[in-house]
Amino acid sequence: MKSLKNILRPLLQSSRDLAPIVLVIGFFQLMVLKEPIPNLGGLLFGLALVMLGLAFFVRGLDLGLFPLGEAMAYAFARKGSLFWLLCFAFALGFGTTAAEPALIAIADEAAAVAATGGMIIDTLESREQYALGLRLTVAVSVGCAIMIGVWRILKGWPLHLMIACGYVLVVLMTAIAPAEIIGIAYDSGGVTTSTITVPLVTALGVGLASSLKGRSPMLDGFGLIAFASLLPMIFVMAYGMLI
Amino acid sequence: MPSLDQMLAVLLSTLGDVMPIAVILVAFQVFVIRRAVPNLGQVLAGFLYVVIGLTLFLIGLEQALFPVGRTMAGQFTDPEFLGLADGQAHHWMSYLWLYLFAFSMGFSTTIAEPALIAVAHKANALSGGTIGQQGLRIAVAIGVALGITLGVYRIVMGIPIHYFIIAAYIVVVVQTFFAPKSIVPLAYDSGGVSTSTVTVPLVAALGLGLAENIPGRNPLVDGFGLIAFACLFPIISVMTYAQLSEWRARKAMAKNAEKSKPDNEEKPQGEQ
Repeated sequence: MKSLKNILRPLLQSSRDLAPIVLVIGFFQLMVLKEPIPNLGGLLFGLALVMLGLAFFVRGLDLGLFPLGEAMAYAFARKGSLFWLLCFAFALGFGTTAAEPALIAIADEAAAVAATGGMIIDTLESREQYALGLRLTVAVSVGCAIMIGVWRILKGWPLHLMIACGYVLVVLMTAIAPAEIIGIAYDSGGVTTSTITVPLVTALGVGLASSLKGRSPMLDGFGLIAFASLLPMIFVMAYGMLI
Repeated sequence: MPSLDQMLAVLLSTLGDVMPIAVILVAFQVFVIRRAVPNLGQVLAGFLYVVIGLTLFLIGLEQALFPVGRTMAGQFTDPEFLGLADGQAHHWMSYLWLYLFAFSMGFSTTIAEPALIAVAHKANALSGGTIGQQGLRIAVAIGVALGITLGVYRIVMGIPIHYFIIAAYIVVVVQTFFAPKSIVPLAYDSGGVSTSTVTVPLVAALGLGLAENIPGRNPLVDGFGLIAFACLFPIISVMTYAQLSEWRARKAMAKNAEKSKPDNEEKPQGEQ
């Protein structure tokens, strides 16, 4: 009985999360475009799946991802090995980003831009090479970002100063990077943080901050994602300048 | 209805996404930490739930929202709808519906974003309830909505992207000094969190449609950049949200000053 309630409550919650999308689509389709909604049955079925999926996801977060991320953070803190903690941070950032589907899509488009912009020779091979290089660049940058973020939590450095320095760097590099790469570079920060990475990385940061003396989880635990969306911009612009 | 093959394909690609993470976690757990995971069964069940949840979520999106969203993005950027077909000079008013659409889509997709739900959940628990889950998510969603609207405006007018980004950076940096300290890291995080599974594909469709249909825009150059807007403006809106709620709390405190001292949100509480 209890487990039924555990499933029903998030289900109700997720239906509330989806209500805005349904309203927006309904309003614009019927009132503005004045067209009937295509394939209504399929739409409703899909929505039911989305709702169910969200409910499962939220339940899984509480059971699996959050406790695991925090448990690992505590274990690393107890072990006290800085080297392995930083290795773990890098691996987590790199590993989760390299295979990110949104990034693969953007890298392919970016290669097309570069080819038409005359930055690389327009052959299939060179395009693929460029896209792969871009993906690895972003993955390395996210790995570095999580590593720097973890290092910051350990040292207790103020986040806003570091981010502000990053901004200055982005602005400076914008001035000298090739124009074609700028839009892609700016976007690459946003696509790197996937749905599974975010809860894990958040739990890691919060777990670390709450297991260290003198660190507050709110002030020090958050901020890892911020680095993960800033550093790729800098690295991708650098990539655009080098190639 | 999606066929079984399609469902299997989505399940496999979700597993493919989870795989590298699982490998890294297991490797470090076994070789470095060398200690059993507490509640291993529960954690595994949680992972299973996440995989099942994401798979159903993605199948549902592909089935329901993405086709409609893409079609609508196409319709709203159609030259005929925008009134460009008669050769009249384009004026920003003719894009009013487009802006409204961009705004509502940014807002509604962000509310449904699973990664944001996760972070709001955590922030709510950590702040001892002072940061409301709904409040935070609505603040982020408004930020994304404003960002995308402005991004669409930029594509329509053909203004270089870095002017906007640099201006937004300046706002972020200045605002950081006035915002309550405890919200700043969360605000910085919320930008990256808000652009994920639901938002990115739809926003990309909108940007590409716009850049293809508006005269004088190059889809390859102008189609990018919307996500950057969606990433940056939540930082501003979340800090604004915190400032507003702090201001309200202070006003309420001044009102019943004789009563016992209420907590305000400058005091984050640890888990233990």
